[in-house]
Amino acid sequence: MARQERPGRRMARERGWWPAHRFLVLRRLTQASVLGLFLLGPLAGWWIVKGNLASSLTLGVLPLSDPYLLVQSLAAGHAVGVTAWVGALIVLSAYLLLGGRVYCAWVCPINAVTDTAAWLRRRLGITHTAKFSRSTRYWLLAATLAMALVTGSLAWEWVNPVSIVFRSLVFGIGLAWGVIVAIFLFDLLVARRGWCSHLCPMGAFYSLPGHLALLRVNAGGRERCDDCMDCYAVCPEPQVISPALKPRDESASAVIRSAQCTNCARCIDVCSQDVFAFGSRFVATEPTRDRHKREIAP
Amino acid sequence: MTARKPEPSGSKGEARHAPAAPARRRFLARMAGTACGAALVGMGVGLYSRSAAPLAPHALRPPGALAEADFLSACVRCGLCVRDCPFDTLRLAELGDPAAPTGTPYFVAREIPCEMCDPIYCVEACPTEALDPALTDIDEARMGLAVVVDQETCLAFQGLRCEVCFNVCPVRGEAITLEQRHNLRTGQHSQFVPVVHSTACTGCGKCEHACITEEAAIKVLPLSLAKGGLGEHYRFGLDEKERAGESLLAPDEQHRYHLPEGVDYQLDDGGLMPRGEPPAEPYGDDALDTLNRGLESGDG
Repeated sequence: MARQERPGRRMARERGWWPAHRFLVLRRLTQASVLGLFLLGPLAGWWIVKGNLASSLTLGVLPLSDPYLLVQSLAAGHAVGVTAWVGALIVLSAYLLLGGRVYCAWVCPINAVTDTAAWLRRRLGITHTAKFSRSTRYWLLAATLAMALVTGSLAWEWVNPVSIVFRSLVFGIGLAWGVIVAIFLFDLLVARRGWCSHLCPMGAFYSLPGHLALLRVNAGGRERCDDCMDCYAVCPEPQVISPALKPRDESASAVIRSAQCTNCARCIDVCSQDVFAFGSRFVATEPTRDRHKREIAP
Repeated sequence: MTARKPEPSGSKGEARHAPAAPARRRFLARMAGTACGAALVGMGVGLYSRSAAPLAPHALRPPGALAEADFLSACVRCGLCVRDCPFDTLRLAELGDPAAPTGTPYFVAREIPCEMCDPIYCVEACPTEALDPALTDIDEARMGLAVVVDQETCLAFQGLRCEVCFNVCPVRGEAITLEQRHNLRTGQHSQFVPVVHSTACTGCGKCEHACITEEAAIKVLPLSLAKGGLGEHYRFGLDEKERAGESLLAPDEQHRYHLPEGVDYQLDDGGLMPRGEPPAEPYGDDALDTLNRGLESGDG
C-alpha cells in the first residue's frame, strides 16, 4: 500500500486527538442527541419531542416534517395537512441555511453505520468495490416519486431503510436490525460508500436545497495543501473537493459548492495543514485555527 | 465491450463529431443503464408495496382514518397519533408485522379497544390529515363494524343471559340492542340476542374486548367486510312511502289474497271484515268468532 499512515493520523499526532476528531465527535453527539430527544419520551416519560423524523412535534408547539415525504405524498395525490406543510417549510429553510445534506451527516442514523463500514473498509484494506454511477440516487429519487404517482401510496416508505431504521429505534425495532446489518455489509463488502453516496434517494432529495445552501466548507488555505490525500480518503463524496482544492484556474473560488457535499467536516478534522474551514457559500474564509503560530514557530 | 472505431478525422463531414462519439455513446449507454436499473428497482418497490402486508382484518385504523387507499397516500408514519393515545391503544406496525403496512398505526380490539376519547387526541395529533380533522364527534367515527360472527358460541343465542357486549357498549342501547326471541330449543323461554346497528356502531371494539368466550363471538370487522350494500338504484318501498306520504308505485288498494273465504281486509283500521253487508252488531275481540261469522255469511 502506498499509504504509510491512516488518514487523520498525522493530524492527531501533530495536534492531538481532539482537533483531529472534533467534528466527527460533534456529529455523533448531534445524531445521538436527535435520537435521544425522541427516546426521552418513551423511555423516561419526558415528552420534549414526539413522533419521529417523518413528522414531529417539539414542546407541543414546533411542528417539523420531512419535505421528501410530503413530496411523495403530493405525488401520491394527497395535498392537505397544513401542520405537515408548515413543518416541512421550517425544515427546508433550515437546510437552505445549513446545507441540504447536513441532514445526512448530522442527523441521519444510517450515517454512523455507513461511516463505520467505510472506516472498517480502510482498516481491512478492502479495495474491491462495485462500480455504479453516483447519479443513480437521482434516478432512484425520480423512481420513488414515479412509484408514488403510479400506486397512489407512499410506496418507497415500505422499504426506505432510512425512515425504517429511525422509526424502529423510536417505536420498536422489529426486523429493522436486519436493515442496519444489510446496509453495513453492502457498504463494507459490495460498494465503497455505496448507500449514502450512490443510492439513497433521501440524500439525493436533500442535496437539492444544497445547491443554494449558505453554509459551505471551503478550501481557503489551499496553497498550504501538501497533497497528503487524507481529505480524499475520508470524504464520502471526494469528487466535490477537487474543484475547490485543485482548480484548473487558480483564481477559482475555494468554496465547495457541490450540493453533494454533506458538510460533515471530516476534511477539516483530518487536514494537518488547515486547508479547510466552514464559511458562507459566497466568501471563502481563511481557516482561523492556531496554525500560523505553528508555522511561524521554528 | 467493443466500440466502433471512430472514422479517421477529416473524412467527409463527420470530422467534427467522430472523435467525440464513442465517449458520448459510452456516457449515454451508462446513463441509460443507470436509469433502467433505477426504474427496475422502482417497479419492484411499487409491486412490493401493493402486495406486502395489507391491513389485516383484525387490525383497525384509528378514528377518522381516510379510506385505506387514501390513508396510504397521506400517512407519513410519524407515530404522533400513537404518542397522543392516552390508553396505548394505537401502535405502529413494526418492520415484519403482518398486521399492517410497516410503520402505519393500528389497534387490535381484542387486546386494547379504542376508548373513544373526547376530544379525539389522535385525530388532533395527525399533521397530514390522514386522520380526518372533520371528525370532531367521536360517535361519528366508523373504525369498523361489530358483527356477531358466531351464533354457535355466543351465549345469548344459547338462551343464556350474557349481555356483556350490550352493557360495555359506549353507545349503549343504540349500537347494540337486545332483541327478544322465542327460544325454540326449550320451547318455553326467551332469548335476548345482541343485534348491532351500523347507524350507531363506531367500531371501537369494546364489545369484542369484553366478550367472555375464549374466542370472541362478536368481532369488529372492517366496514368493507362487515357491510353489504343495496345498490344505488334500489329503494325500499316502505321508506319511500314514508318519505312521500303515500305509495309511489301504486295506490294502496285492498288486496284479496290468501284470506279466508268471505273475509276482506280493510286498510282503514278495520282489519279482517266479513264480506257483504255491514255488521249488524259490533264484533268482539275474538278473531275466531269473527272468522266464523264471515264464513257463515259467505256461505249464505
